Amino acid sequence: MNNEMSYISYVPFLAVMVSLAAVPLIILSDKKPNLRESWTLIAAFVKFALVFSLVPAAMQGYTAEVNLLEISPGIHLALKADQFGIFFALIASGLWIFTSFYSIGYVRGNSEKKQTRYFASFAVCLSSTIGVAFSANLLTFIVFYEILTIATYPLVIHKETPEAISGGRKYLAYTLTAGLCLIAASAWVYDLTGTLDFAAGGILNHVSLSPSVAVPLFMLFLAGVGVKAGIMPLHGWLPSAMVAPTPVSALLHAVAVVKSGVFAVIRVVGFVFGPNVMENFNLNTILAAFAGTTIILASLIALKQDNLKARLAYSTVGHLSYIVLGAALLTEAGFLGGILHIATHATMKITLFFCAGAIYVNLHRENISQLDGIGKIMPWTMGAFTIGAMGLAGVPPVNGFLSKWFLALGALEADKLFILGIFIISGLLNAAYFFPIVHRAFFKEGVNLEGYGEAPLFMVVPLVCTAVFSVILGLDPDLFFNFYQFAFEIANSLLR
Amino acid sequence: MIKNFPVIIPAIYLTAALLIPLLRSRHERYAHSIALSAVFAAALVSINNIYYVINNGTIHYHFGGWTPPIGIEYVLDPLSAFVVFVINSVVFFILIHAVKVNAIELHSKEIPYYSVVMLMMLGFNGMIMTGDFFNLFVFLEISSLSVYGLMAMGDRGSAFASFRYLLLGTIGASFFLLGLGFLYMVSGSLNMSDLKEIIPLLSNSPVLIIALTLMVTGVGIKMAVFPLHGWLPDAYTLASSSTSALIAAIGTKVSAYVMIRILFFVFGVEYVTEIFPVTLVLGWLGAAGIIYGSILAIAQKEMKSMLAYSSVAQIGYITLGISMANPLGFIGAVLHIINHAFMKGALFLVAANLRIRTGHSDISRLHKVCAKKMPVTMACFTVAAISMIGLPPVAGFFSKWYLVLGAVDNRQWIFMGVILLSSLLNAVYFFRIIENVYIKSSDSDEEMKSCTLAEDEPGFSMIGPLVLFAMTLLLLGLFNVYIVNNIILLMMPPGL
Repeated sequence: MNNEMSYISYVPFLAVMVSLAAVPLIILSDKKPNLRESWTLIAAFVKFALVFSLVPAAMQGYTAEVNLLEISPGIHLALKADQFGIFFALIASGLWIFTSFYSIGYVRGNSEKKQTRYFASFAVCLSSTIGVAFSANLLTFIVFYEILTIATYPLVIHKETPEAISGGRKYLAYTLTAGLCLIAASAWVYDLTGTLDFAAGGILNHVSLSPSVAVPLFMLFLAGVGVKAGIMPLHGWLPSAMVAPTPVSALLHAVAVVKSGVFAVIRVVGFVFGPNVMENFNLNTILAAFAGTTIILASLIALKQDNLKARLAYSTVGHLSYIVLGAALLTEAGFLGGILHIATHATMKITLFFCAGAIYVNLHRENISQLDGIGKIMPWTMGAFTIGAMGLAGVPPVNGFLSKWFLALGALEADKLFILGIFIISGLLNAAYFFPIVHRAFFKEGVNLEGYGEAPLFMVVPLVCTAVFSVILGLDPDLFFNFYQFAFEIANSLLR
Repeated sequence: MIKNFPVIIPAIYLTAALLIPLLRSRHERYAHSIALSAVFAAALVSINNIYYVINNGTIHYHFGGWTPPIGIEYVLDPLSAFVVFVINSVVFFILIHAVKVNAIELHSKEIPYYSVVMLMMLGFNGMIMTGDFFNLFVFLEISSLSVYGLMAMGDRGSAFASFRYLLLGTIGASFFLLGLGFLYMVSGSLNMSDLKEIIPLLSNSPVLIIALTLMVTGVGIKMAVFPLHGWLPDAYTLASSSTSALIAAIGTKVSAYVMIRILFFVFGVEYVTEIFPVTLVLGWLGAAGIIYGSILAIAQKEMKSMLAYSSVAQIGYITLGISMANPLGFIGAVLHIINHAFMKGALFLVAANLRIRTGHSDISRLHKVCAKKMPVTMACFTVAAISMIGLPPVAGFFSKWYLVLGAVDNRQWIFMGVILLSSLLNAVYFFRIIENVYIKSSDSDEEMKSCTLAEDEPGFSMIGPLVLFAMTLLLLGLFNVYIVNNIILLMMPPGL
């Protein structure tokens, strides 16, 4: 936005490319699993380090950016590591490290087939997620968003069962349609403004719009980004995609893919339309209506699920809409809460999915009704699960409390008590669908559990780490770097 | 020397066409070598032509020194130089691939085959470079007659399909000739640049309207614009593998070029959009063709006929782009001519590889052994399919992007919707194959055996061109702006 504050750097580009560069290496080491997995781990660490190296400059307000090549006249394939992008990239690349360890434990413990395809697709997904985070304009964003769609497909159908194939079809049908809506919407924006560069405060901020343009354009964008963000009624693919192996559900369907969706919602609200335009045409009301309905409905549906992953999936749908609703409030605390919730929900939900996977690999149980008494044999796993569940219900000191606090503040700031009510009811519903699981695991007598112990270390260590991390972020968000300050500045910049 | 550039390519082909039957030898391969060298030489000359034309402007060549409008003129401007380059380079790669296929499929008919291919290329190159309408008709007939001959050398039933094409093609050519008659009647000239000056003076003449209608109809039949596409599906499906690849990649493109020439360069933008709005009709026909072709492609059980119907749809894109009569639509149409030449070429080569190695190209009989035995072929198929669907960063996305921009610019929302909808339909029929070759296990042991191949891939001559095509698609996508800025903007018709 401000030329003096930006500097040219290839670091964002390298951060995108590092996992892509790992793909050929992964494929070539097909026959040597240990070597193959070391490529994944090396790429994960290097990627995180690269993203992290962007933080100090970004804290001082300097933005790294690079124009790669022109892909449409006047529009470059351009990467720009603004604070919001770095924030999201940090979460995605940081959690990729945990997921990589966990994946190794999972696919080996489960003797999955086609492990090479699995790790290669995973690396492409991470590349495109970081690309989504660092996209400087809508066209670049679309490029990475669509690559993410395609790269996730082999992971969704990984099991190659009829169920997986139909889940994959559903996934493609939803996400490809969404991509097309996004293309149409971007073409329209380009026609209206002649630019596609994201700008804090909105590309459309200074364009004179009429409601007959603004509303359909917003609906197109909403359809485009709402699918990955799981906004009802566009959420249908998410529960079906849960047929994928659990680490995929954990990273992609709790962090990378869906968070790209909500990331895109905030990009659209804050950087394409801008709070002013949103307010003037009542677009925030439309968005809030969809998100509010989603939160309540998804929580209710989650109550009825017996399959653990399905319950987590619907819980994800609900929590994504927290973030969307936070953005729809158009207040500083609302944005702050929403942005924080991107991070906090990621650490908590990934913990829960890791637990579900550990239970599956260890006991081959998927349904909640079969979980009686497993807390006694898998104390670490279920302990972590409890932390995650508490966080999602908004119990302090887990980090979920923090983001929920700001979301509630945002609702008050916007003077919308109704929305505050939604957050409160949903918190109760969260407790209602998570705590029975904890209760079953620790306080009921289990059957046929003799001879089982804790899940493999490769799985338990990552999930305990993410749980501890969730608590740390809740107690002291600024422990590692000024995490909270970072989110605060992003929220601030949107309303400037 | 420079003034002779335009005539070198037809001269090369004419010589080769005569040399092949004259130099009969015991080894039939020699025919292929001569043909390949001729195309290679032509491709080199066409590269040289493009450079010369871009740097120094249009070349006019007067046959026998007779000045137009009495004599025949050859014109190399950026548009014709570009299309000449596209068709010669694409045919070069397809002919490399053809040697093995033809040795198997057209055993002992190779000498006439290659000779006729040379004649066909003579016709196509002549059609593109000529600046005289009657001469264009002559080359149209040369190329058409050659294509009838080539098509008849195919599967059982190809003779009948070719006969049908002969009937329809002759009707098309007759329409064109009739149109020329009317045109000559009112204008007294058939030289294109001459006509460009005369037509604005006659803009109210009803005879001119009849002439334009007849010519557009005639070219429309050759180009297979819906609903004049009746000859195409059977002809493509039943022709021998390399013929299908040749005709599908370049045949209809040349007619599309002629359409652009007639509409924008002879009659002029104003005439075809305002005085007699033929573009309006073409737009709706293009849109209808896109939907019709895509839906019927989904209904096909055999890969080549699926690709044939998909061609009907792709011609629709080009027609739609032309009909928009704005710069972005024009860029989209021209870019799609080259993109589609490479995509369809690649896809028909895949079909040929499948036929050679497994003996069939039935979609339902493809299963994952195919991808295991022919990983490179199937990887190339996937790239081409993604390009056809129009996902970034492959070539097809960008021509669609320009077409969408053009539609938005004209506020033609229905056309925009059609372009996007067809992407989804494309996804349906391409992902069906991708699913089969990567996931589906075969139903019976017998089928497994039918795909049990002696060697993995069908040899370098059949893989090399395919890989080159796939890589070209990526490059065409990433560097599309280079083509647009340096070539397509130069050929922008006056008045757009």
